[in-house]
Amino acid sequence: MISIDPRTRGRARPRGSGLELFAWYAMRVTGVALFVLALAHFAIIHFVFDVEGQTAEWIAQQRWNQLLWRAFDWALLMMVLFHSFMGMRTVLADYMRSPRARMIALTVLGVTALFLVVIGTAVVMTLPVPGAG
Amino acid sequence: MLFRYRGGEGMLAWAFHRVSGIAIWAFIILHVVDIYLVGGDPKAYDDILAIYASPIGRVGEVLLGAALLYHALNGLRILIIDLWPAMTKHHRALWYASWVIFVAVFIPGALIILMPVLRPALGL
Repeated sequence: MISIDPRTRGRARPRGSGLELFAWYAMRVTGVALFVLALAHFAIIHFVFDVEGQTAEWIAQQRWNQLLWRAFDWALLMMVLFHSFMGMRTVLADYMRSPRARMIALTVLGVTALFLVVIGTAVVMTLPVPGAG
Repeated sequence: MLFRYRGGEGMLAWAFHRVSGIAIWAFIILHVVDIYLVGGDPKAYDDILAIYASPIGRVGEVLLGAALLYHALNGLRILIIDLWPAMTKHHRALWYASWVIFVAVFIPGALIILMPVLRPALGL
């Protein structure tokens, strides 16, 4: 079962080995990655530049005109989809008592995550670089 | 259920972590879809961008930034306690330290995001 020690920390580390222990470590590893990737992304979008000028054309011409920034944003996408959907899995497991409703909710959650992996990867990989081939 | 159980700083840290996490998750869904439109329908993306750049959109971005910053700092606090269990007895000090960092980053950050709205409002 998923449980929280609310006095001090996040989920207690699951005992033994297996999928739950992997998920527990994976939340922490992706969390550290996101501390850097997500905060840097937010700072670039909102502090370095201003939202106002970030049109579709600007993204194609400036922001995503280098492989580095596409790779950066794709890495962020993978980390954040894993971390946020696994987090929502914990939230749903905490509040949904009926096993049937929980199964349906977790399936919808998983399908939504996969859909976002596909469309997010599609746009970051296929948006044409101006002047290329 | 969110605020009545056990109480104290640790309980609040957990409740804020959960609320900010759910808010960020909801925004991620919106954000992946809107960025998909950069390739799929650039005109529709630019229409959404106009909302993001509006005064209400900017207030939303300040709230998003607050959720992100809190979640990141409290996540770090959780990690420190997980990796170094002796820090458990200092968990309150860690919670207050995370708020000091939060305020130091949030106030200038919010001003930068709101500047295009504040500047004309203040007649600058």
